[in-house]
Amino acid sequence: MKYLTAIIQPDRLDDVLDELSKRDIHLVTVSQVMGRGRQKGIAEVYRSHKESGGLLRKVKIETAVNDEFLPAALEAIKIGARTGHVGDGKIFVFDLDQVLRIRTGEEGPVAIG
Amino acid sequence: MSLMFKPMLILALAVMPLCAQTPTLTPATATPTAPTAQTVAAAPIVPAAVAPTSVVPAAEVKVIDSGDTAWVMIATALVFLMTAPGLALFYGGLVRRKNILSVLMQCMGLMFVLSLLWVIFGYSLSFGPDIHGLIGSSAWFGLNGVSNTHPFKDVATGLTYGATIPHSLFMLYQMMFAVITPALIIGAYAERVRFAPFLAFSVLWSFAVYYPVCHWIWGIGGFLGSMNASGKGAVDFAGGIVVHVTAGVSALGAAIFLGKRKGFPDKMSPPHNLPLAVIGAGLLWFGWFGFNAGSALGANSLAVTAMIATHVAGATAGLTWAGLDWIINRKPTMLGAITGAIGGLATITPASGYVDVWGAIAIGFLAGLIPFLFVMVIKPRLNLDDTLDAWGVHGVGGIIGSICVGVFANPIINGRAGLIYGDASLFVSQLKAVGIVAVYSLVATYLLMKLVDVTMHVRASDHEERVGLDLTQHKESAYTVID
Repeated sequence: MKYLTAIIQPDRLDDVLDELSKRDIHLVTVSQVMGRGRQKGIAEVYRSHKESGGLLRKVKIETAVNDEFLPAALEAIKIGARTGHVGDGKIFVFDLDQVLRIRTGEEGPVAIG
Repeated sequence: MSLMFKPMLILALAVMPLCAQTPTLTPATATPTAPTAQTVAAAPIVPAAVAPTSVVPAAEVKVIDSGDTAWVMIATALVFLMTAPGLALFYGGLVRRKNILSVLMQCMGLMFVLSLLWVIFGYSLSFGPDIHGLIGSSAWFGLNGVSNTHPFKDVATGLTYGATIPHSLFMLYQMMFAVITPALIIGAYAERVRFAPFLAFSVLWSFAVYYPVCHWIWGIGGFLGSMNASGKGAVDFAGGIVVHVTAGVSALGAAIFLGKRKGFPDKMSPPHNLPLAVIGAGLLWFGWFGFNAGSALGANSLAVTAMIATHVAGATAGLTWAGLDWIINRKPTMLGAITGAIGGLATITPASGYVDVWGAIAIGFLAGLIPFLFVMVIKPRLNLDDTLDAWGVHGVGGIIGSICVGVFANPIINGRAGLIYGDASLFVSQLKAVGIVAVYSLVATYLLMKLVDVTMHVRASDHEERVGLDLTQHKESAYTVID
């Protein structure tokens, strides 16, 4: 089992969710986050005074998949989030030790989907 | 608009039988009427007492009434409040969080641009000396000859733009209408229009649609209205045709031209900040007292009648929409409640100075029912993306209200009778005016959109629409994530 965390551009969220759905991956957690990569930060204009916030708005998508779904999940996020510009984001993949569905008590791979 | 004095006296008598039918309304109706009658009676006496010590020429003191002038000044400020922040917050709360500033900026931008346009060109083209019933002349460009000290009275017909207020105040009051009308159309193309073409379109639209139609209905000599020697023709107390039909139908044209937003209708988010929209709706309602009651152009009993009709219709329509929500969608929604109330206020606008309280209730009910059916039942089948229902609420409401004047107008209020009082002539005039203005607005809007699109590309690009208009058009964002 794998756990994926993807940091993407906020405006690509709908496309990523679409691509994941196409590949039968429906369960995700999404949050609004701020962060920075190799870019230096957003510039906003405040009463004609240009401010550099240092952090950019991003969306974080998290999902857990069984091993055979990993390539599909990576592909979906890559296709949905890619614009080719700096700031498209990253995907982090972790090994996942255990999953437990609280309602039924199921554990392991059956509890993921 | 000039027929104020006689109806006012008649109304004082007319209020009695009305109160007998509606015991609960007695205090509300009777109390404000009594002081108004006194003010009118006192008006000629007070200046006479002041005149000997005053340096102001006696002739001027007699024509300008301080009470009327004060009320119309306040009403002007109230109508200002309707555009920014009223309409701005109402619309702004309903869009997605990435687009709220674009809507606020569109409203504020129109306030700047159209105010200037009005004093330089617009007022003269709308209300200036008539040219063949179609448009005002250029005689009053730059407010040339628009008096600060005297009311305007047309020599040929004896008609006035407010018999007791300075001509320049009438000009300023009407300016607020010229600003809010194109702002209403924002509801149709919110979230997908670029800022510069939006401004260009609004300016062209003012010249091509608002100024001519305003002249047709409200200008002395306009070919559709009642501002002529015979007093026959269509009526529009505070802007059902001039404001809501033009803006609402143009919203339909703009929505058709621009097409749907990306992801419509399946992936649309709900309003991002409904409490803001509720504040906006409340401010609109508050401002509407100036919009409708101010259109009496005096602090008199006609203004009070209009104020009552306005409030009652807003409440009735809000209740109707929320009730339908409750029955059909299982729960009364806040969004439905404010949409209904705004629809009711828009619908009563042309009728507010012509109907009694029962007419207002009837119109309020229709204003809740018909736009509800339109937005909930018909619109989804048309596959039309009228973002914030500018057409569904303002257009449909304006049309219903303008036709309803011809049905419910009570002759004891303002001298004009509708169908239920056995007179079909007003009804026919209303139908004709609504039909001509609606078709003209639709065609003109479509052509203007085309013209602006060829030169400036109206619609936001795919990228701009995704990222949001706040960042791409104004380089600002309304909300921070951290801090």
